[in-house]
Amino acid sequence: MFSFLLRRIGVLIPTFLGITLLTFTLIRLIPGDPIEVMVGERSLSPTLHAAAMKRLGLDQPIATQYMNYLGQLLHGNLGTSLKTQENVWVEFKTLFPATLELALAALAFATIVGLLAGIIAAIKRGSIFDHGVMTISLTGFSMPIFWWGLILIMLFSVLLGWTPVSGRLDLAFDVQPQTGFMLIDAWRAELADPSLNAGAFKDAVKHLILPAIVLGTIPLAVIARMTRSSMLEVLREDYVRTARAKGLSPARVIFVHTLRNALIPVLTVIGLQVGTLMGGAVLTETIFSWPGIGKWLIDAIGRRDYPVVQNGILLVASLVILTNFIVDILYGIANPRIRHAK
Amino acid sequence: MTTTQTPLLNIKNLSVEFGSVGNPFRAVEGLDLTVQQGEIVGIVGESGSGKSVTMMAMMGLLEGQGRIVADDLTFDGKNLLTISGRDRRKIVGKDIAMIFQDPMTSLNPSYTVGYQIMEVLKVHQGLRGAALQARALELMELVEIPAAKTRLHAYPHQLSGGMSQRVMIAVALACNPKLLIADEPTTALDVTIQAQIMDLLVNLQKERNMALIMITHDLAVISEVAHRVAVMYAGQVVEIGKVPNLFRHPTHPYTEALLASIPEHSKGARRLSTLPGIVPGQYDRPKGCLLSPRCLYATEHCHQERPGMTQHDTGAVRCFYPLVDKEAV
Repeated sequence: MFSFLLRRIGVLIPTFLGITLLTFTLIRLIPGDPIEVMVGERSLSPTLHAAAMKRLGLDQPIATQYMNYLGQLLHGNLGTSLKTQENVWVEFKTLFPATLELALAALAFATIVGLLAGIIAAIKRGSIFDHGVMTISLTGFSMPIFWWGLILIMLFSVLLGWTPVSGRLDLAFDVQPQTGFMLIDAWRAELADPSLNAGAFKDAVKHLILPAIVLGTIPLAVIARMTRSSMLEVLREDYVRTARAKGLSPARVIFVHTLRNALIPVLTVIGLQVGTLMGGAVLTETIFSWPGIGKWLIDAIGRRDYPVVQNGILLVASLVILTNFIVDILYGIANPRIRHAK
Repeated sequence: MTTTQTPLLNIKNLSVEFGSVGNPFRAVEGLDLTVQQGEIVGIVGESGSGKSVTMMAMMGLLEGQGRIVADDLTFDGKNLLTISGRDRRKIVGKDIAMIFQDPMTSLNPSYTVGYQIMEVLKVHQGLRGAALQARALELMELVEIPAAKTRLHAYPHQLSGGMSQRVMIAVALACNPKLLIADEPTTALDVTIQAQIMDLLVNLQKERNMALIMITHDLAVISEVAHRVAVMYAGQVVEIGKVPNLFRHPTHPYTEALLASIPEHSKGARRLSTLPGIVPGQYDRPKGCLLSPRCLYATEHCHQERPGMTQHDTGAVRCFYPLVDKEAV
């Protein structure tokens, strides 16, 4: 198990280097620089522009800039935002809980519904339910997030008025961010001051539902399809026949003997969805004005706020990598053949 | 061969069909088989001749994929054709147990060997706690697994094929079944291990006086251990008879051809004899006797009409022109 961990960690170093190189170059490939964006339509004399660039260290050769950036990173310095002059890590820390809350809600929705749909579709293979699940999940997978989000807002928020259009909480409530998770903060605020904040928690849930469904749609489709095909594969295994030949109940055959083995590839897929969720969060947060890191990054790209873009993306990527790393380890726990591999 | 005793297992005119109703494929056709308590019955035949399907149908393992029709399908006084799923599961795994061809894939890779043995004991006998542990250990020792105590916690991938098959046998014997079905139990094993497993099975059968159905394509093994043998071809039993009569004096041309393909039976021949052609599939079934395109003795009659089973003094044969004992002629 220890060497298994070491090998996994060894792979991480080139991955991180690759990410820094990519974000560093890509943001610089976008036309315009931070100074130009700040100045906007007002003109700025070339001397002043050059002076400002020099102050930010952007006048140096690209290679030198990159080495400086890496040097900073090695010192654990994520830099400061060019706009707010705030430390990037502090900004990230403040905004991240909003994204995490949204992503967790989306993942919970996708996992619960996806697993159930996949399992039932596999058991009732060829039935109307099976065909329905497969068709709907293919549609869900192919749906552009921004379009899907807008359609749902039109239907549930505008037409039916069931859910709010945007944000995390109604302005009427006075909720101080403590954990950064609106559900928890609203819950606590409601308990602390029932007269002022009555219904805050319910309001927070209402705000969360639609974005979570939108963000969870693609992972849901992937999980449902993967669960189904993995279940079908395992159902054909000899050991499932053995389980039936033992006279076990159908429920035992499915949940004890089939599902446990079928879940192994599904687990990997769920881990990979974290990347999809982070990518999707950018769009979803923008559509629903959700104050998380997705929206923060989009704004930073618009401002050519190099430190925020570079390090913000690096942080998000680290998160994705870390999740996959954890999934790898879980995989080892779920599958004794991997755990014992020398 | 007639006995007054009611057979433990009685199969009469069993057919198993796969595919659509309009275009069915008959994997098993008009199969009759009886098994007495404590008897070893061998079923031999080529791959795809319907040996396994018959047993799977009997145990209800076809999971609604195959359509099963029979005049009678009785085990231990219970009608398996009309039995409910719940009642069938009380018999399967307890009174009828089955072991399979490939032990390495027949055990669930995610659970320890001990868990998989104890599972049957829990479900069928309601054993718990220390009694459960003790019984599992006893079973592991019964099937002669060395270091049984530590092996209880082993995962299947940590065991060899032979050990895995012993575990499968332990699972099968857990509830003292009246009938054990061994579906090619040694095919996937090393030659040296094959004999060990076969000895183990036969010894356990004798000790417990349980009935044993041995599915195989290894005629040599069958001729040594079985009391009776059924030879299957393309979903039909073509000959059934007592050992050793059937091996000494085969009456069906297919049985004769099978025996001629064993080295021991054709000493002095430079090449082993083979039957020309292959087993007919779904679309090329002949109109007459299923063996007629390959049979050395086939006549026009054989090509036109399918023969039924004809009883004779030591068994039954599905042939219009059963072979006569050459020595007697």
